[in-house]
Amino acid sequence: MYGFEALTFNIHGGYLEAIVRGHRASLLTAADYNNLCQCETLDDIKMHLSATEYGPYLQNEPSPLHTTTIVEKCTLKLVDEYKQMLCQATEPLSTFLEYITYGHMIDNVVLIVTGTLHERDVQELLEKCHPLGMFDSIATLAVAQNMRELYRLVLVDTPLAPYFSECITSEDLDDMNIEIMRNTLYKAYLEDFYRFCQKLGGATGEIMSDLLAFEADRRAVNITINSIGTELTRDDRKKLYSNFGLLYPYGHEELAVCEDIDQVRGVMEKYPPYQSIFSKLSYGESQMLDKAFYEEEVKRLCLAFEQQFHYGVFFAYMRLREQEIRNLMWISECVAQNQKSRVHDSVVFIF
Amino acid sequence: MEFFDNLPAMDLMRSEKMTFVQLIIPFESAHRAITYLGELGLLQFRDLNADRSPFQRTFVNQVKRCGEMSRKLRFFKDQISKAGLVSSLHSATQPDVELEELEIQLAEHEHELNEMNGNSEKLRQAYNELLEFKMVLQKAGGFLVSGKSPVVVEDRELDENIHSNGDYTDTASLLEKEMRPETMEQSRVRFISGIICKSKVQIFERMLFRATRGNMLFNQAPADEDIVDPVTSEMVEKIVFVVFFSGEQARMKILKICEAFGANCYPVPEDIAKQRQISQEVLSRLSEIETTLDAGYNHRNKALSSIQFHLNKWMSMVRREKAIYDTLNMLNFDVTKKCLVGEGWCPIFAKAKIQEALQRATYDSNSQVGIIFHEMDAPESPPTFFRTNRFTSAFQEIVDAYGVAGYQEANPAVYTVVTFPFLFAVMFGDWGHGICLLLGALVLIAQERKLTGQKLGSFMEMLFGGRYVLLLMSLFSIYCGLIYNEFFSVPFYIFGGSAYKCRDASCSDAHSVGLIKYQDPYPFGVDPRWRGSRSELPFLNSLKMKMSILLGVVQMNLGIILSYFNARFFKSSLDIRFQFVPQMIFLNSLFGYLSLLIVIKWCTGSQADLYHVMIYMFLSPTDDLGENQLFWGQKPLQIILLLLALIAVPWMLFPKPFILKKLHSENQILHGSIMRNLILVRSLCTK
Repeated sequence: MYGFEALTFNIHGGYLEAIVRGHRASLLTAADYNNLCQCETLDDIKMHLSATEYGPYLQNEPSPLHTTTIVEKCTLKLVDEYKQMLCQATEPLSTFLEYITYGHMIDNVVLIVTGTLHERDVQELLEKCHPLGMFDSIATLAVAQNMRELYRLVLVDTPLAPYFSECITSEDLDDMNIEIMRNTLYKAYLEDFYRFCQKLGGATGEIMSDLLAFEADRRAVNITINSIGTELTRDDRKKLYSNFGLLYPYGHEELAVCEDIDQVRGVMEKYPPYQSIFSKLSYGESQMLDKAFYEEEVKRLCLAFEQQFHYGVFFAYMRLREQEIRNLMWISECVAQNQKSRVHDSVVFIF
Repeated sequence: MEFFDNLPAMDLMRSEKMTFVQLIIPFESAHRAITYLGELGLLQFRDLNADRSPFQRTFVNQVKRCGEMSRKLRFFKDQISKAGLVSSLHSATQPDVELEELEIQLAEHEHELNEMNGNSEKLRQAYNELLEFKMVLQKAGGFLVSGKSPVVVEDRELDENIHSNGDYTDTASLLEKEMRPETMEQSRVRFISGIICKSKVQIFERMLFRATRGNMLFNQAPADEDIVDPVTSEMVEKIVFVVFFSGEQARMKILKICEAFGANCYPVPEDIAKQRQISQEVLSRLSEIETTLDAGYNHRNKALSSIQFHLNKWMSMVRREKAIYDTLNMLNFDVTKKCLVGEGWCPIFAKAKIQEALQRATYDSNSQVGIIFHEMDAPESPPTFFRTNRFTSAFQEIVDAYGVAGYQEANPAVYTVVTFPFLFAVMFGDWGHGICLLLGALVLIAQERKLTGQKLGSFMEMLFGGRYVLLLMSLFSIYCGLIYNEFFSVPFYIFGGSAYKCRDASCSDAHSVGLIKYQDPYPFGVDPRWRGSRSELPFLNSLKMKMSILLGVVQMNLGIILSYFNARFFKSSLDIRFQFVPQMIFLNSLFGYLSLLIVIKWCTGSQADLYHVMIYMFLSPTDDLGENQLFWGQKPLQIILLLLALIAVPWMLFPKPFILKKLHSENQILHGSIMRNLILVRSLCTK
C-alpha cells in the first residue's frame, strides 16, 4: 500500500482530515500565549479566550471563575470535537481514534481504584476523570477488591481487557500494585497501538511508529526515574518497559540498572535524538525534564502535520490540544495564585 | 474618447469616493458621539490600538460588564425557554434605561431567579424521591405480593431459580450452601428494590449478575411516569427493579453497585398492610409537595414573564452598548488625556451628515468643547464602499461572492442586475414555471415588512434576501418562455395561428413529407407547430445553442470592455496595450467570428456546417471550404484571424509582468538614489 495513499485515502479519510486540519488552525499561537501571560485575573483570560474557539464554551460561565471551570470547558470542547470525528469515522480510522482514548481509560481506572482505596467518594472521583476515558461501568470499579475481581467485574467489557492478561493476580490492591498495574497496562496498550499502526502501514505506520516510539521511550525514562529508590527490582522494572522504541533493547538493559538521574542521563545521551533534550538540563536536575520532553513531543507532533494522507494527524491533534489545555491550566493557576513570574516555567508553545 | 469622458457620472458604476478623517472627541461626549455615528453607519474606524491585547484597552471594564450582562440575559432566555413560555413578539415600549440601572436590575433578577431555582430544586428533589418511592412501592409491591402467596407460580419460579443457580455454580460459598435450606422459608431470600434510568438497566443487570456470580433474581418493570431529571430538567424514563439475593456479602456488593450506577434504593416492607400504610403516607406527602411546587412554579413563571416582556429590548441594548465600547476601544487618548482621537474612513457625501450627528452629540451631552472633525492624508488605500438599496443589495452580494472590487474599480453589479436574471431565464425559459416563480417572489415581497429583521431559517433567509433577484428572474423567464413558447413544456397558440398547415385534409404525410407554409411567420417566438414534428429537436437546439453562444460572447465582450474603462479610469496605458487589446483580439477573432458566422447562417439560410468550419480553421486553414463557404473571401479572412489569435496569446501573457518588474526595480533604484542624495545633503548641511 505504501506510497499509494494519495489514490484512496480521501475516499474515507479525506473529510475528516480536512476537519482535523481545520481544528489545528484554531490552536492558540505564541501571540495568544503572550497575551494570556499578561493577564491579571481569570476574567482577563476568559475575555481573551472568548475571541478564540473556546469562546462559546466559556461565555455562559458566571464571573467568579475557577481554574477548574476553564479547564473543564476547554476539555469539553476537545471531547465534542473528538466525538464528532468519531461519529464520522469509518474503519480503520474509527478504531484508530478509539485507540487514542485508551490511555485516558487506563488513567481513569487507576484514578478510581486508588481513590476508593483511600476511601474517597465515587462521585467526586468520577468528576475528576478525563471525559475521553469514560466507559459505561466505570463507577463499578469501586466495588472491586483485587485485580482478579477488577478484571472479571468491570474491565472484561472494556477494550482494556486484553491488556490485563499480564496483571491478573489475587493480591489485594495497594498503591504499589496499582502503579505497577498502570504501567503494565500502558505497556500493553502502547505495544498494541504500535502493532495496529504497523498493520495499517504506509505513512500512518511510519509516522505513528515514530511518535509512539518517542512515547514509549519517555515512559521508560520516567519509570526509571520514578522507581529509583523504591523496592522495585531491576527485573520488575525492566518488565515495565515497552518492547519497541529507540531504546529497545539495549537501552532498556542499561536503564534497568540505573541508580540515579545522572546514570539515566548517561544512558540517554548515547541516543542522538535525545541528546538535545538532556543537553538543555544541568546535571542532577530532573524537574525540567518533563518540560523538555513535552517540548520535544510538541515539535514531533507538529511535524506530523507536514505530511498528508495519514492518520497521525488525528493523534497529533488530540495530543496538541491536550498540551494546550495543560498550558491553559498552568497559566490560569499562576494567574489565580499571583505567581506570574513562574508562568513561563511550564508553558510549551505549540507554534 | 471625448465622448466617454463627457458621459454623465454613474453613481453605481464606481464605489463611493472615500476620505480619511480624524475625529477628536472630548471624553464626556465620546459615548454619545459614537452612538449617533453608529446609528448613521457611515464611518469606518481604524483600530488604533491593534498592538494592544483586548484587556489592556481603555474601556475593557465596560466591555466586560456588557459581556456579563449578556450572559445574564442568555441565562434568562434559557430559563424562559425551559419554562416553556411563549415568546411574545411585541416588546415593551418603556423609556430607555441607563446601562448602570439595567445592570442593577439584571443582577436583582438573576439573584431572585437563582434563589427561586434553588428552593424549587430542593423541593423538586424531595418530590422526585417520593415519586420514585411511590412507583417502587407500586411495582415492587406487585412482585412481592405474588411472591407471598404460596400458590402463585412466580414463587416457585423464584425458588427454582435459586436452586438451579446454586447447583451449577460450584463457586458459591459454603455459607450460602448452608443457608439454602432456610431460603425455602422465603424470609432468608432478601431483596433490594429501587429505581434506575432505563438506559443503564442492561449494564446494571449484567454487573449484578457478575458480582453475585449469578446468585440473584432480577425483576424489572417500567415506571408509569417519566421523572424530571433535576440536573438537565428533561424527562427521563426509569425502570423499577427488585433484586432477590441471599447473603450479607452479596448485599454489600449490590448496594455498592447501586450507588455506582446512581440507582436509588427504597425499602419496601414485605407486609402488605404496612405497604399500604406507607404508600398512603407517601401519597399524602406527594400531594402536599406538589401544591408547594406548583405555587413556586407560578411565582417563577410570573417573574420570568415579566422579564420576558423586556428581554428583546434589553438584549439589543446590551449588544449596542458592547458595540459602542468596542468601537471606543479603537480610539486613542490624545496627549492631554482629555480627548479621544479616532481615525477612519467615510464616503465624501456623508461628511455633512456626520458633522451634523457630531454636533448633535456635543449639544446633547452639554459639552463645552465641540468635536473636531477634519480630513487627513490617508496612510493606506481606501476601502470599497457601495451604496446599495434593498433592490441592488442582493446583486451586490452575488458579485461580492466572487470578489470585492478594489477602490473605485468598475462595479459589475450594475450590469448583473439585468444579466444575471436574464441568463438564468435563457436556461429556465418556461412561462408556466416563470409564473410560479413570480408568485413566490411576489409573496416574499408582499411580506417584506413583516419578515425584515426576523430570524428565518438559513434557506428561507437566502430566498428572502434574493427576493428581488427572484422577481427579475421570474419576469425574464416568462419573457423567454414566451419566446420558446413553452408553458410547462406545452406550446400554445397565443399570438394567432401557425404559419404552417398540412398538405391535405387527412394530414397523413405531416410526419414524412412535411407541412407547407401558407401565411406570414408566427408573430412572436417559436411557432407552436414545431411541437411534435420530426425536426423539432434540431430546430430548437440550433436556436437555443446559437443564441446562447451569441449571448455568451456578448457577455465576455462586456467584461473585457469594462476592464478597458477601468484602465482608462486609473490611467494605466499598460493595461490597455498589453491586456485589453490582445484580449479583445483573441476573443473576437475566434468566438466573435463564430458569432458572425451564426448570424450570416441565420440570415442566408445556408446549409453550412459551422462545426466543420471552426475545426478546420485550426486543423487545415489553407484547405478549400467547399460547400461550407458562407461568403466571399472567407478563407483569407480565416487565416488572418487565426494569425491574429496566435499573436494575441504571447502579447497578452508576456510583456505585462516583465514591464511591471522593470518599473518596480527602477522605482527601487530611484528611491535608493533619492535616499542617498538626502543623506548626502544632510551631511553637507551639518558640516
